Amino acid sequence: MKNRWLFFLQLGFTLLVCAFLIVPVILSILAGLTVNYLVGLESGLTLRWVMEVWNGYRSTIFLSIGISLACLALTLVIGIPAAYVLAKRQTALTRAIEELLVMPVAVPGLATALALIVSYGGLPGFRTSWLFILVGHVLFTLPFMVRSVLAVLSAIDLQTLEEGAASLGATFWQRFFHVVLPNCRTGILAGSLMVVTLSMGEFNMTWLLHTPLTKTLPVGLADAYASLRLEIGSAYTLVFFLMIMPLLLALQAFAKPRTPKFVAEETE
Amino acid sequence: MRDDTRRLILLLLPAGIFFAAFFLLPMVQLFFIGGSGNTGWAAYAAILTNANYFSSLVATLGVAAATTVATLLISGISGVFLQRHKFPGNAALVAMLTFPLAFPGVVIGFMIIMLAGRQGLIGQISEAITGDKVVFAYSMAGLFLGYVYFSVPRTILTVMAAAEKLDPKLEEAARSLGASPWRVVLDVIIPGLKPAFISAGAICFATAVGAFGTAFTLATRINVLPMVIYTEFTLSANIAMAAALSFVLGAVTWIVLAVARTAAGSTVAAAG
Repeated sequence: MKNRWLFFLQLGFTLLVCAFLIVPVILSILAGLTVNYLVGLESGLTLRWVMEVWNGYRSTIFLSIGISLACLALTLVIGIPAAYVLAKRQTALTRAIEELLVMPVAVPGLATALALIVSYGGLPGFRTSWLFILVGHVLFTLPFMVRSVLAVLSAIDLQTLEEGAASLGATFWQRFFHVVLPNCRTGILAGSLMVVTLSMGEFNMTWLLHTPLTKTLPVGLADAYASLRLEIGSAYTLVFFLMIMPLLLALQAFAKPRTPKFVAEETE
Repeated sequence: MRDDTRRLILLLLPAGIFFAAFFLLPMVQLFFIGGSGNTGWAAYAAILTNANYFSSLVATLGVAAATTVATLLISGISGVFLQRHKFPGNAALVAMLTFPLAFPGVVIGFMIIMLAGRQGLIGQISEAITGDKVVFAYSMAGLFLGYVYFSVPRTILTVMAAAEKLDPKLEEAARSLGASPWRVVLDVIIPGLKPAFISAGAICFATAVGAFGTAFTLATRINVLPMVIYTEFTLSANIAMAAALSFVLGAVTWIVLAVARTAAGSTVAAAG
Protein backbone atom coordinates (compact mmCIF):
# COMPACT_ATOMS: atom_id res chain seq x y z
CA MET A 1 0.00 0.00 0.00
CA LYS A 2 2.81 2.31 0.92
CA ASN A 3 4.46 1.59 -2.43
CA ARG A 4 1.37 2.64 -4.30
CA TRP A 5 1.27 5.91 -2.41
CA LEU A 6 4.94 6.53 -3.24
CA PHE A 7 4.30 5.75 -6.90
CA PHE A 8 1.60 8.39 -7.20
CA LEU A 9 3.66 10.90 -5.27
CA GLN A 10 6.51 10.50 -7.74
CA LEU A 11 4.14 10.51 -10.70
CA GLY A 12 2.59 13.74 -9.45
CA PHE A 13 6.01 15.30 -9.04
CA THR A 14 7.07 14.26 -12.54
CA LEU A 15 3.85 15.64 -14.02
CA LEU A 16 4.57 18.93 -12.25
CA VAL A 17 8.06 19.08 -13.78
CA CYS A 18 6.54 18.33 -17.20
CA ALA A 19 4.09 21.18 -16.72
CA PHE A 20 6.93 23.52 -15.76
CA LEU A 21 8.71 22.71 -19.02
CA ILE A 22 5.78 22.47 -21.41
CA VAL A 23 3.21 25.03 -20.19
CA PRO A 24 5.36 28.07 -21.13
CA VAL A 25 5.91 26.59 -24.59
CA ILE A 26 2.14 26.26 -25.10
CA LEU A 27 1.53 29.74 -23.68
CA SER A 28 4.08 31.24 -26.02
CA ILE A 29 2.64 29.46 -29.06
CA LEU A 30 -0.84 30.71 -28.13
CA ALA A 31 0.43 34.24 -27.51
CA GLY A 32 1.99 34.31 -30.97
CA LEU A 33 -1.35 33.48 -32.54
CA THR A 34 -3.64 35.62 -30.37
CA VAL A 35 -4.80 39.11 -31.35
CA ASN A 36 -4.27 40.46 -27.83
CA TYR A 37 -2.65 38.21 -25.26
CA LEU A 38 -3.73 40.33 -22.29
CA VAL A 39 -7.38 40.03 -23.33
CA GLY A 40 -6.93 36.35 -24.04
CA LEU A 41 -8.17 33.94 -26.68
CA GLU A 42 -11.53 35.78 -26.85
CA SER A 43 -9.75 38.50 -28.83
CA GLY A 44 -9.42 35.98 -31.62
CA LEU A 45 -6.69 34.11 -33.45
CA THR A 46 -4.50 35.75 -36.04
CA LEU A 47 -1.46 35.17 -38.23
CA ARG A 48 -0.73 38.89 -38.18
CA TRP A 49 2.20 38.59 -35.75
CA VAL A 50 3.75 35.72 -37.66
CA MET A 51 3.52 37.80 -40.85
CA GLU A 52 5.14 40.75 -39.09
CA VAL A 53 8.00 38.52 -38.02
CA TRP A 54 8.32 37.14 -41.52
CA ASN A 55 8.47 40.62 -42.99
CA GLY A 56 10.78 42.12 -40.40
CA TYR A 57 13.07 39.25 -39.53
CA ARG A 58 13.07 36.98 -42.58
CA SER A 59 16.76 37.67 -43.21
CA THR A 60 17.76 36.34 -39.77
CA ILE A 61 16.08 33.01 -40.57
CA PHE A 62 17.97 32.63 -43.84
CA LEU A 63 21.26 33.72 -42.30
CA SER A 64 20.89 31.18 -39.50
CA ILE A 65 20.11 28.38 -41.93
CA GLY A 66 23.07 29.39 -44.09
CA ILE A 67 25.49 29.60 -41.17
CA SER A 68 24.36 26.29 -39.67
CA LEU A 69 24.80 24.50 -43.00
CA ALA A 70 28.21 26.06 -43.60
CA CYS A 71 29.10 25.14 -40.03
CA LEU A 72 28.01 21.57 -40.69
CA ALA A 73 30.13 21.38 -43.85
CA LEU A 74 33.21 22.67 -42.05
CA THR A 75 32.83 20.45 -38.99
CA LEU A 76 32.38 17.44 -41.30
CA VAL A 77 35.48 18.25 -43.32
CA ILE A 78 37.80 18.98 -40.40
CA GLY A 79 36.05 17.03 -37.64
CA ILE A 80 35.75 13.53 -39.10
CA PRO A 81 39.44 13.23 -40.05
CA ALA A 82 40.39 14.53 -36.60
CA ALA A 83 38.10 11.98 -34.91
CA TYR A 84 39.64 9.21 -37.02
CA VAL A 85 43.15 10.17 -35.95
CA LEU A 86 42.08 10.35 -32.29
CA ALA A 87 40.51 6.88 -32.57
CA LYS A 88 43.49 5.41 -34.36
CA ARG A 89 46.24 6.65 -32.08
CA GLN A 90 45.34 6.62 -28.44
CA THR A 91 48.33 8.21 -26.80
CA ALA A 92 48.79 10.90 -24.19
CA LEU A 93 49.25 13.39 -27.03
CA THR A 94 45.97 12.59 -28.79
CA ARG A 95 44.14 12.62 -25.46
CA ALA A 96 45.55 16.08 -24.80
CA ILE A 97 44.44 17.19 -28.27
CA GLU A 98 40.94 15.87 -27.61
CA GLU A 99 40.92 17.73 -24.31
CA LEU A 100 41.93 20.96 -26.05
CA LEU A 101 39.33 20.58 -28.81
CA VAL A 102 36.56 20.38 -26.20
CA MET A 103 37.67 23.60 -24.50
CA PRO A 104 35.43 25.97 -26.49
CA VAL A 105 32.45 24.09 -25.04
CA ALA A 106 33.74 24.33 -21.47
CA VAL A 107 34.80 27.96 -21.72
CA PRO A 108 31.86 30.42 -21.79
CA GLY A 109 30.95 31.65 -25.28
CA LEU A 110 31.38 35.21 -24.07
CA ALA A 111 35.10 34.61 -23.44
CA THR A 112 35.63 32.91 -26.80
CA ALA A 113 33.84 35.73 -28.58
CA LEU A 114 35.90 38.39 -26.81
CA ALA A 115 39.09 36.52 -27.69
CA LEU A 116 38.05 36.42 -31.35
CA ILE A 117 37.19 40.12 -31.32
CA VAL A 118 40.47 41.26 -29.75
CA SER A 119 42.43 39.10 -32.21
CA TYR A 120 40.54 39.49 -35.49
CA GLY A 121 38.13 42.35 -34.86
CA GLY A 122 40.55 44.68 -36.61
CA LEU A 123 40.19 42.96 -39.97
CA PRO A 124 37.40 45.07 -41.48
CA GLY A 125 36.16 42.70 -44.19
CA PHE A 126 36.19 39.75 -41.79
CA ARG A 127 34.65 41.43 -38.73
CA THR A 128 31.56 42.57 -40.62
CA SER A 129 31.05 39.35 -42.54
CA TRP A 130 28.95 36.34 -41.55
CA LEU A 131 32.17 34.32 -41.70
CA PHE A 132 33.14 35.88 -38.36
CA ILE A 133 30.09 34.28 -36.75
CA LEU A 134 30.74 31.04 -38.62
CA VAL A 135 34.21 30.75 -37.08
CA GLY A 136 32.71 31.01 -33.59
CA HIS A 137 30.05 28.43 -34.37
CA VAL A 138 32.58 25.96 -35.78
CA LEU A 139 34.72 26.27 -32.64
CA PHE A 140 31.71 25.60 -30.45
CA THR A 141 30.20 22.71 -32.45
CA LEU A 142 33.36 20.91 -33.58
CA PRO A 143 33.73 18.98 -30.30
CA PHE A 144 30.23 17.55 -30.72
CA MET A 145 31.05 16.22 -34.19
CA VAL A 146 34.42 14.84 -33.09
CA ARG A 147 32.98 13.23 -29.94
CA SER A 148 30.06 11.71 -31.80
CA VAL A 149 32.21 10.17 -34.56
CA LEU A 150 34.90 9.14 -32.08
CA ALA A 151 32.31 7.29 -29.96
CA VAL A 152 31.30 5.14 -32.94
CA LEU A 153 34.87 4.58 -34.10
CA SER A 154 35.92 3.45 -30.62
CA ALA A 155 33.03 0.99 -30.48
CA ILE A 156 33.87 -0.85 -33.70
CA ASP A 157 36.94 -2.95 -34.39
CA LEU A 158 38.61 -0.44 -36.66
CA GLN A 159 41.93 -2.26 -36.62
CA THR A 160 40.57 -5.54 -38.01
CA LEU A 161 38.40 -3.81 -40.60
CA GLU A 162 41.32 -1.79 -41.89
CA GLU A 163 43.76 -4.68 -41.84
CA GLY A 164 41.25 -6.75 -43.79
CA ALA A 165 40.90 -4.04 -46.40
CA ALA A 166 44.65 -3.46 -46.53
CA SER A 167 45.36 -7.17 -47.02
CA LEU A 168 43.07 -7.01 -50.06
CA GLY A 169 45.22 -4.24 -51.43
CA ALA A 170 43.24 -1.14 -50.40
CA THR A 171 45.37 1.99 -50.08
CA PHE A 172 45.15 4.32 -47.10
CA TRP A 173 42.72 6.68 -48.81
CA GLN A 174 40.59 3.85 -50.19
CA ARG A 175 40.33 2.51 -46.67
CA PHE A 176 39.43 5.89 -45.28
CA PHE A 177 36.69 6.62 -47.78
CA HIS A 178 35.28 3.13 -48.35
CA VAL A 179 35.77 1.41 -44.99
CA VAL A 180 36.08 4.01 -42.24
CA LEU A 181 33.52 6.59 -43.38
CA PRO A 182 30.66 4.15 -44.11
CA ASN A 183 31.24 2.54 -40.73
CA CYS A 184 30.82 5.74 -38.76
CA ARG A 185 27.62 6.79 -40.54
CA THR A 186 25.50 6.81 -37.38
CA GLY A 187 28.04 8.92 -35.53
CA ILE A 188 28.24 11.37 -38.41
CA LEU A 189 24.46 11.63 -38.55
CA ALA A 190 24.06 12.18 -34.81
CA GLY A 191 26.93 14.68 -34.80
CA SER A 192 25.45 16.54 -37.78
CA LEU A 193 22.06 16.92 -36.10
CA MET A 194 23.76 18.23 -32.99
CA VAL A 195 25.92 20.68 -34.95
CA VAL A 196 23.02 22.14 -36.92
CA THR A 197 20.77 22.43 -33.86
CA LEU A 198 23.46 24.08 -31.74
CA SER A 199 24.52 26.46 -34.49
CA MET A 200 20.90 27.43 -35.10
CA GLY A 201 20.42 28.36 -31.44
CA GLU A 202 23.86 29.75 -30.52
CA PHE A 203 23.55 33.11 -28.78
CA ASN A 204 26.29 33.52 -26.15
CA MET A 205 29.00 34.11 -28.75
CA THR A 206 26.89 35.35 -31.59
CA TRP A 207 25.55 38.31 -29.65
CA LEU A 208 29.07 39.76 -29.48
CA LEU A 209 30.18 38.57 -32.92
CA HIS A 210 27.21 39.89 -34.90
CA THR A 211 26.89 43.25 -36.62
CA PRO A 212 23.62 45.00 -37.58
CA LEU A 213 23.93 43.38 -41.00
CA THR A 214 24.69 39.89 -39.72
CA LYS A 215 21.84 39.15 -37.33
CA THR A 216 21.12 35.49 -36.75
CA LEU A 217 17.79 34.10 -35.58
CA PRO A 218 18.59 34.05 -31.82
CA VAL A 219 19.99 37.58 -32.09
CA GLY A 220 16.74 38.66 -33.74
CA LEU A 221 14.81 36.89 -30.99
CA ALA A 222 16.69 38.77 -28.27
CA ASP A 223 15.98 41.98 -30.18
CA ALA A 224 12.28 41.23 -30.43
CA TYR A 225 12.01 40.19 -26.77
CA ALA A 226 13.63 43.41 -25.65
CA SER A 227 11.81 45.91 -27.84
CA LEU A 228 8.62 44.53 -29.34
CA ARG A 229 5.28 43.48 -27.90
CA LEU A 230 4.88 40.06 -26.32
CA GLU A 231 2.79 38.75 -29.23
CA ILE A 232 5.56 39.41 -31.76
CA GLY A 233 8.21 37.87 -29.52
CA SER A 234 5.95 34.84 -29.20
CA ALA A 235 5.28 34.60 -32.92
CA TYR A 236 9.02 34.80 -33.56
CA THR A 237 9.59 32.03 -31.00
CA LEU A 238 6.92 30.01 -32.78
CA VAL A 239 8.81 30.36 -36.05
CA PHE A 240 11.96 29.24 -34.25
CA PHE A 241 10.16 26.21 -32.79
CA LEU A 242 8.89 25.22 -36.22
CA MET A 243 12.42 25.41 -37.60
CA ILE A 244 14.13 23.36 -34.91
CA MET A 245 11.27 20.93 -34.22
CA PRO A 246 12.34 18.37 -36.84
CA LEU A 247 15.93 18.61 -35.59
CA LEU A 248 14.81 18.20 -31.97
CA LEU A 249 12.67 15.18 -32.74
CA ALA A 250 15.51 13.52 -34.61
CA LEU A 251 17.92 14.35 -31.79
CA GLN A 252 15.53 12.93 -29.23
CA ALA A 253 15.37 9.67 -31.13
CA PHE A 254 19.17 9.50 -30.87
CA ALA A 255 19.46 10.72 -27.31
CA LYS A 256 16.78 8.45 -25.86
CA PRO A 257 18.39 5.90 -23.58
CA ARG A 258 17.90 2.48 -25.11
CA THR A 259 15.12 0.63 -23.33
CA PRO A 260 14.82 -3.15 -23.48
CA LYS A 261 12.27 -4.39 -26.00
CA PHE A 262 10.21 -6.27 -23.48
CA VAL A 263 9.51 -4.46 -20.24
CA ALA A 264 7.44 -5.91 -17.45
CA GLU A 265 4.20 -4.02 -16.92
CA GLU A 266 3.90 -2.02 -13.74
CA THR A 267 2.61 -4.38 -11.08
CA GLU A 268 1.99 -3.13 -7.60
CA MET B 1 53.89 2.72 -40.73
CA ARG B 2 55.91 5.94 -41.09
CA ASP B 3 53.74 6.75 -44.07
CA ASP B 4 50.64 6.12 -42.03
CA THR B 5 51.77 8.49 -39.31
CA ARG B 6 52.42 11.20 -41.88
CA ARG B 7 48.92 10.73 -43.30
CA LEU B 8 47.38 10.84 -39.84
CA ILE B 9 49.14 14.11 -39.12
CA LEU B 10 47.82 15.40 -42.44
CA LEU B 11 44.28 14.42 -41.44
CA LEU B 12 44.57 16.16 -38.08
CA LEU B 13 46.08 19.28 -39.58
CA PRO B 14 42.92 21.13 -40.78
CA ALA B 15 41.26 20.92 -37.36
CA GLY B 16 44.56 21.73 -35.69
CA ILE B 17 45.24 24.83 -37.74
CA PHE B 18 41.68 26.09 -37.37
CA PHE B 19 41.75 25.51 -33.64
CA ALA B 20 45.15 27.11 -33.11
CA ALA B 21 44.33 30.16 -35.23
CA PHE B 22 40.87 30.83 -33.87
CA PHE B 23 41.00 29.57 -30.31
CA LEU B 24 44.47 29.10 -28.85
CA LEU B 25 46.07 32.26 -30.23
CA PRO B 26 43.03 34.46 -29.47
CA MET B 27 42.91 33.07 -25.92
CA VAL B 28 46.59 33.91 -25.39
CA GLN B 29 45.92 37.38 -26.76
CA LEU B 30 42.91 37.75 -24.45
CA PHE B 31 45.14 36.83 -21.53
CA PHE B 32 47.65 39.57 -22.36
CA ILE B 33 44.98 42.17 -23.06
CA GLY B 34 43.53 41.37 -19.65
CA GLY B 35 46.78 42.64 -18.13
CA SER B 36 47.09 45.70 -20.36
CA GLY B 37 44.55 48.01 -18.70
CA ASN B 38 45.21 50.94 -16.31
CA THR B 39 45.49 48.52 -13.42
CA GLY B 40 47.87 46.17 -15.24
CA TRP B 41 48.01 42.55 -14.13
CA ALA B 42 46.08 43.51 -10.99
CA ALA B 43 42.98 43.23 -13.21
CA TYR B 44 43.16 39.49 -12.70
CA ALA B 45 42.88 39.97 -8.94
CA ALA B 46 40.07 42.53 -9.29
CA ILE B 47 37.47 39.78 -9.22
CA LEU B 48 38.48 39.24 -5.59
CA THR B 49 39.61 42.72 -4.56
CA ASN B 50 36.91 44.85 -6.19
CA ALA B 51 33.75 44.69 -4.04
CA ASN B 52 31.39 44.94 -7.03
CA TYR B 53 33.03 42.17 -9.03
CA PHE B 54 33.36 40.03 -5.94
CA SER B 55 29.68 40.34 -5.13
CA SER B 56 28.74 39.30 -8.68
CA LEU B 57 31.16 36.40 -8.43
CA VAL B 58 29.43 35.27 -5.23
CA ALA B 59 25.99 35.75 -6.83
CA THR B 60 27.05 33.82 -9.93
CA LEU B 61 28.46 30.91 -7.96
CA GLY B 62 25.43 30.98 -5.66
CA VAL B 63 22.85 30.78 -8.43
CA ALA B 64 24.92 28.10 -10.19
CA ALA B 65 25.14 26.01 -7.01
CA ALA B 66 21.40 26.38 -6.33
CA THR B 67 20.66 25.41 -9.95
CA THR B 68 22.86 22.33 -9.66
CA VAL B 69 21.24 21.12 -6.42
CA ALA B 70 17.68 21.73 -7.66
CA THR B 71 18.34 20.14 -11.05
CA LEU B 72 19.93 17.03 -9.58
CA LEU B 73 17.07 16.65 -7.11
CA ILE B 74 14.37 17.03 -9.78
CA SER B 75 16.13 14.90 -12.38
CA GLY B 76 17.08 12.28 -9.81
CA ILE B 77 13.50 11.79 -8.65
CA SER B 78 11.84 11.92 -12.06
CA GLY B 79 14.63 10.17 -13.95
CA VAL B 80 14.79 7.14 -11.66
CA PHE B 81 10.98 7.04 -11.47
CA LEU B 82 10.57 7.03 -15.26
CA GLN B 83 13.30 4.44 -15.72
CA ARG B 84 11.83 2.11 -13.08
CA HIS B 85 8.12 2.32 -13.78
CA LYS B 86 6.99 1.60 -17.30
CA PHE B 87 3.36 2.63 -17.48
CA PRO B 88 1.21 3.80 -20.40
CA GLY B 89 2.25 7.35 -21.15
CA ASN B 90 5.79 6.90 -19.86
CA ALA B 91 7.32 7.53 -23.28
CA ALA B 92 5.20 10.67 -23.70
CA LEU B 93 6.44 12.02 -20.37
CA VAL B 94 10.06 11.34 -21.31
CA ALA B 95 9.51 13.08 -24.65
CA MET B 96 8.03 16.13 -22.92
CA LEU B 97 10.78 16.30 -20.32
CA THR B 98 13.50 16.21 -22.95
CA PHE B 99 11.70 18.41 -25.49
CA PRO B 100 13.48 21.65 -24.46
CA LEU B 101 16.86 19.91 -24.87
CA ALA B 102 18.18 22.30 -27.47
CA PHE B 103 16.43 25.55 -26.58
CA PRO B 104 18.94 28.40 -26.57
CA GLY B 105 19.26 30.56 -23.45
CA VAL B 106 17.36 33.49 -24.95
CA VAL B 107 14.32 31.34 -25.67
CA ILE B 108 14.46 29.90 -22.15
CA GLY B 109 14.52 33.45 -20.77
CA PHE B 110 11.35 34.10 -22.74
CA MET B 111 9.75 30.91 -21.40
CA ILE B 112 10.38 32.20 -17.87
CA ILE B 113 8.80 35.53 -18.86
CA MET B 114 5.73 33.62 -20.09
CA LEU B 115 5.58 31.93 -16.69
CA ALA B 116 6.56 34.63 -14.21
CA GLY B 117 6.80 37.87 -16.21
CA ARG B 118 4.57 40.93 -16.18
CA GLN B 119 2.00 39.20 -18.41
CA GLY B 120 2.91 35.75 -17.13
CA LEU B 121 0.77 32.87 -15.98
CA ILE B 122 1.83 32.96 -12.32
CA GLY B 123 1.04 36.67 -12.13
CA GLN B 124 -2.42 36.16 -13.64
CA ILE B 125 -3.25 33.27 -11.32
CA SER B 126 -1.99 35.03 -8.20
CA GLU B 127 -3.87 38.20 -9.16
CA ALA B 128 -7.10 36.25 -9.57
CA ILE B 129 -6.68 34.55 -6.21
CA THR B 130 -5.14 37.13 -3.92
CA GLY B 131 -5.38 40.33 -5.93
CA ASP B 132 -1.59 40.59 -5.83
CA LYS B 133 0.39 40.10 -9.03
CA VAL B 134 3.43 37.93 -8.38
CA VAL B 135 6.20 38.80 -10.87
CA PHE B 136 9.69 37.44 -10.34
CA ALA B 137 11.01 36.66 -13.82
CA TYR B 138 13.29 39.70 -13.97
CA SER B 139 15.30 38.83 -10.87
CA MET B 140 17.75 36.26 -9.56
CA ALA B 141 14.80 33.94 -8.86
CA GLY B 142 13.79 34.11 -12.52
CA LEU B 143 17.36 33.41 -13.59
CA PHE B 144 17.52 30.42 -11.25
CA LEU B 145 14.28 29.07 -12.69
CA GLY B 146 15.61 29.58 -16.22
CA TYR B 147 18.81 27.66 -15.51
CA VAL B 148 16.82 24.80 -13.96
CA TYR B 149 14.62 24.80 -17.07
CA PHE B 150 17.73 24.61 -19.19
CA SER B 151 19.45 21.86 -17.20
CA VAL B 152 16.61 19.45 -16.36
CA PRO B 153 16.17 17.89 -19.84
CA ARG B 154 19.83 16.97 -20.34
CA THR B 155 20.30 15.86 -16.73
CA ILE B 156 17.24 13.60 -16.83
CA LEU B 157 18.69 11.85 -19.87
CA THR B 158 21.99 11.25 -18.03
CA VAL B 159 20.22 10.01 -14.90
CA MET B 160 17.95 7.67 -16.88
CA ALA B 161 20.88 6.20 -18.75
CA ALA B 162 22.72 5.61 -15.45
CA ALA B 163 19.62 4.26 -13.67
CA GLU B 164 19.18 1.71 -16.44
CA LYS B 165 22.56 0.23 -15.55
CA LEU B 166 21.79 -0.05 -11.82
CA ASP B 167 21.26 -3.63 -10.74
CA PRO B 168 17.69 -3.97 -9.33
CA LYS B 169 18.88 -7.04 -7.39
CA LEU B 170 20.86 -4.79 -5.06
CA GLU B 171 17.71 -2.91 -4.13
CA GLU B 172 15.74 -6.11 -3.70
CA ALA B 173 18.46 -7.44 -1.43
CA ALA B 174 18.41 -4.27 0.65
CA ARG B 175 14.63 -4.39 0.88
CA SER B 176 14.53 -8.07 1.82
CA LEU B 177 16.98 -7.26 4.61
CA GLY B 178 14.45 -4.80 5.95
CA ALA B 179 15.70 -1.49 4.60
CA SER B 180 13.08 1.24 4.39
CA PRO B 181 12.51 2.94 0.99
CA TRP B 182 14.53 5.92 2.26
CA ARG B 183 17.46 3.74 3.25
CA VAL B 184 17.37 2.07 -0.18
CA VAL B 185 17.51 5.47 -1.85
CA LEU B 186 20.32 6.71 0.40
CA ASP B 187 22.44 3.58 0.52
CA VAL B 188 21.84 1.90 -2.84
CA ILE B 189 20.40 4.22 -5.51
CA ILE B 190 22.29 7.44 -4.78
CA PRO B 191 25.73 5.78 -4.49
CA GLY B 192 25.00 3.91 -7.73
CA LEU B 193 24.11 7.11 -9.53
CA LYS B 194 26.98 9.11 -8.05
CA PRO B 195 29.18 9.23 -11.18
CA ALA B 196 26.22 10.39 -13.27
CA PHE B 197 25.32 12.99 -10.63
CA ILE B 198 28.87 14.33 -10.53
CA SER B 199 29.24 14.67 -14.29
CA ALA B 200 25.73 16.02 -14.89
CA GLY B 201 26.05 18.34 -11.90
CA ALA B 202 29.35 19.74 -13.15
CA ILE B 203 27.78 20.48 -16.53
CA CYS B 204 24.84 22.24 -14.81
CA PHE B 205 27.20 24.29 -12.71
CA ALA B 206 29.51 25.26 -15.56
CA THR B 207 26.68 26.26 -17.89
CA ALA B 208 24.98 28.29 -15.16
CA VAL B 209 28.26 30.10 -14.44
CA GLY B 210 28.99 30.94 -18.07
CA ALA B 211 25.55 31.32 -19.64
CA PHE B 212 24.55 34.70 -20.93
CA GLY B 213 21.42 34.45 -23.07
CA THR B 214 18.91 33.79 -20.29
CA ALA B 215 20.17 36.64 -18.08
CA PHE B 216 20.27 38.92 -21.11
CA THR B 217 16.61 38.23 -21.96
CA LEU B 218 15.39 38.53 -18.40
CA ALA B 219 17.07 41.77 -17.35
CA THR B 220 20.31 43.56 -17.96
CA ARG B 221 20.57 44.48 -14.30
CA ILE B 222 20.83 40.94 -12.99
CA ASN B 223 24.21 41.03 -11.31
CA VAL B 224 25.96 37.88 -12.57
CA LEU B 225 29.47 37.75 -14.02
CA PRO B 226 28.59 37.23 -17.71
CA MET B 227 26.35 40.32 -17.55
CA VAL B 228 29.12 42.28 -15.81
CA ILE B 229 31.60 41.28 -18.52
CA TYR B 230 29.14 42.29 -21.21
CA THR B 231 28.55 45.67 -19.57
CA GLU B 232 32.28 46.31 -19.12
CA PHE B 233 32.86 45.51 -22.77
CA THR B 234 29.99 47.42 -24.39
CA LEU B 235 28.95 50.24 -22.08
CA SER B 236 32.20 51.04 -20.28
CA ALA B 237 34.43 50.02 -23.23
CA ASN B 238 36.76 48.61 -20.59
CA ILE B 239 38.12 45.89 -22.81
CA ALA B 240 41.03 44.97 -20.54
CA MET B 241 38.75 44.36 -17.56
CA ALA B 242 36.24 42.44 -19.68
CA ALA B 243 39.10 40.30 -20.98
CA ALA B 244 40.49 39.61 -17.51
CA LEU B 245 37.07 38.76 -16.08
CA SER B 246 36.12 36.47 -18.94
CA PHE B 247 39.49 34.73 -18.76
CA VAL B 248 38.90 34.06 -15.05
CA LEU B 249 35.33 32.93 -15.77
CA GLY B 250 36.59 30.57 -18.47
CA ALA B 251 39.23 29.18 -16.11
CA VAL B 252 36.62 28.59 -13.37
CA THR B 253 34.25 26.62 -15.62
CA TRP B 254 37.09 24.66 -17.17
CA ILE B 255 38.49 23.70 -13.77
CA VAL B 256 35.04 22.66 -12.48
CA LEU B 257 34.59 20.36 -15.47
CA ALA B 258 38.13 18.99 -15.24
CA VAL B 259 37.76 18.20 -11.53
CA ALA B 260 34.40 16.55 -12.13
CA ARG B 261 35.88 14.46 -14.90
CA THR B 262 38.60 13.09 -12.66
CA ALA B 263 36.04 12.51 -9.89
CA ALA B 264 33.48 10.80 -12.11
CA GLY B 265 36.04 8.97 -14.20
CA SER B 266 34.10 9.61 -17.37
CA THR B 267 33.89 12.24 -20.06
CA VAL B 268 32.25 15.49 -19.10
CA ALA B 269 31.54 18.41 -21.37
CA ALA B 270 29.33 21.43 -20.91
CA ALA B 271 26.70 22.34 -23.43
CA GLY B 272 24.73 25.25 -24.71
